[in-house]
Amino acid sequence: MDMSGAAFPDNVSRALADGKLQYAMTETGPRFIQKRAKAREALPEFDQLRDQARDIKDHVLANLDVYLERYEARVRASGGQVHWAETPDEARAAILGICSKVNARLVTKGKSMISEEIDLNQHLAENGITPVETDLGEYIIQLRNERPSHIIAPAVHLTRDQVEADFRKAHTHLDPNRDLTEIPSLVEEARAVLRQKYLAADVGVTGANFLIAETGTSIIVTNEGNGDLTQNLPRVHIVLASIEKIVPTLEDASTILRILARSATGQDFSNYTTLSTGPRRAGDLDGPDEYHVVILDNGRVNVLGTEFQDMLRCIRCGACLNHCPVYNAIGGHAYGWVYPGPIGAVVTPALIGIENAAHLPNASTFCGRCEEVCPMRIPIPRMLRHWREKEFERHLQPAAMRWGLGLWAWVARRPALYRRATALAARILANQGHGAGRLASVPFASGWTQNRDLPAPQGKTFHQLWKERRR
Amino acid sequence: MSARETMFTRIRARLPAGTAAQRAAAVDERLARHARNLVPARGAGDEAHRIGVFTAMMEAVGGTVETLDDVNDVPHAVAAYLRRGNLPAHVRRGVDPLLARLPWHRGGAIEVAEGRAEESDRASVTRAFAGVAESGTIIQISGPENPTTLNFLPEAHIVLLEASQLFGSYEEVWTKLRAAMGEGNMPRTVNMISGPSRTADIEQTIVRPAHGPKNMHVIIVRGS
Repeated sequence: MDMSGAAFPDNVSRALADGKLQYAMTETGPRFIQKRAKAREALPEFDQLRDQARDIKDHVLANLDVYLERYEARVRASGGQVHWAETPDEARAAILGICSKVNARLVTKGKSMISEEIDLNQHLAENGITPVETDLGEYIIQLRNERPSHIIAPAVHLTRDQVEADFRKAHTHLDPNRDLTEIPSLVEEARAVLRQKYLAADVGVTGANFLIAETGTSIIVTNEGNGDLTQNLPRVHIVLASIEKIVPTLEDASTILRILARSATGQDFSNYTTLSTGPRRAGDLDGPDEYHVVILDNGRVNVLGTEFQDMLRCIRCGACLNHCPVYNAIGGHAYGWVYPGPIGAVVTPALIGIENAAHLPNASTFCGRCEEVCPMRIPIPRMLRHWREKEFERHLQPAAMRWGLGLWAWVARRPALYRRATALAARILANQGHGAGRLASVPFASGWTQNRDLPAPQGKTFHQLWKERRR
Repeated sequence: MSARETMFTRIRARLPAGTAAQRAAAVDERLARHARNLVPARGAGDEAHRIGVFTAMMEAVGGTVETLDDVNDVPHAVAAYLRRGNLPAHVRRGVDPLLARLPWHRGGAIEVAEGRAEESDRASVTRAFAGVAESGTIIQISGPENPTTLNFLPEAHIVLLEASQLFGSYEEVWTKLRAAMGEGNMPRTVNMISGPSRTADIEQTIVRPAHGPKNMHVIIVRGS
């Protein structure tokens, strides 16, 4: 797949023709939906918690400067260090600096989408440091040199036999005749290989689901326990986070945690929710000697105070991906950058520019399921519409489309003409579809009718029917 | 200008001008008050209810729970658990005073080592700071009493949870934590653990364990 956001149409064609991908998506896609529905049903307060979660994040964003300052002060008070990074470059430099100071050779990593955003692994490798992903899905895609195709299930696009082939290629120190036909044997092999990495690593890098201003605490949420081994065994723990991860208090974090796992995997609570505050204390027998937090902006500040601000409420649960008909048809890689699915179509243009992601806001049927299931009640379709407006303003669409939209707008602004034109079109199409009730081809829409029929209009427009009814 | 200054300047430029002082006061007030939001009803109830909900939730995610009336029976329960799981009669624990004064000789030939987890340890025993019924969650805090690695490295994690410390919700645990640590202070690590380690990263098939313990066994002690 082309990883530049502009290659979307080509990526889609390739994804639709990819048999393995289509198998993986149809087999696993619906499971997420059922699990979330069950978890939601089991918690009567679920929707009220969503409202409160939305309000918490809105409050934080409206006071973001103060919250970041309070958070930073608490981290320092607990013996940790905070590094600010406006750009991916600055974040990479901060992390490399910390690693170099302790002569790190091996860095283990918990799952972090922001590390994808700044291409951290590549940067470390270029500087002689070996990064090892420890989340099973991330480990698999690291072996394949791919990006995650899902925010919480990075290898959801792969099948068991593909993973087996990758492990046989990578783990050449093991018996080539070993049996890897069952999924548990693959998991066991990864466990054994990665256990040695945890123990040998100099630095552990994790992301953060939340940063708590009240206490200077970072939170990670995992099911595997990989994040905890990553941050407890090496000498240095680096947390990589972005500015919008702040929540005010432990109580506020609890409210959002209650809807995070339920929305993501349909669990009541993830297996491991870990709150970290500063480095090893006097008397501690384990834990890191140094605790660093790198806080990245990378374009997020530009979204504050705009019609796109609500995207900063996102907690990266992946529910909008799981419920999106477009995502489930094409998988995550087609979106071309770090964040796939509906939220990716909203976030990507903000972070890398609409001119580099102009197709993404169109990767939606506007069915609205994303907004319906979003735990943080982010109005994703509305923001996709805003991006389409920007796309139009900046002349990013093909000439024919601009011309068509322009013509439609011209007619739509003249109600009498609009009514006459639509009445005429409805009559003609109704006549053509007479009998069958559907049209196999329509002028100027051959692309649309190539794979499906257009239901024929009944002959009258909505305006006409409305008028008749009012009489 | 440093990256920090630039970032704060740019953030402030996007927030309503001239409101900095009021906003700071509002934030500080909210942080000091740390009010509870809506707390789901699921975990609320008497001790029997909390134990019932906790047990159901923990068992649903692959953990096991047993309930004792006398804390002095814990060594015997630990030994029996190790035997059932075909594990060597060896556990690692921290210097937690309650764990230290248990009559371990009642566990038969069980060997009890002190300290952080070693790679070779197969089983650990920790004392929970608290439990939360609502999601079947154990709360562990770091320190020499119960080193964090004991929660993750061994393949069997045995947890002693006093029924008096089993709360309905997370919020009640935060109240206890603030009382123990002081406002705004936290232990280095707070681990909220709900069952043994798992992954569903290959074809969404749930497999236990992933990287952490394969088994989690919670011994709830009533009347403690």
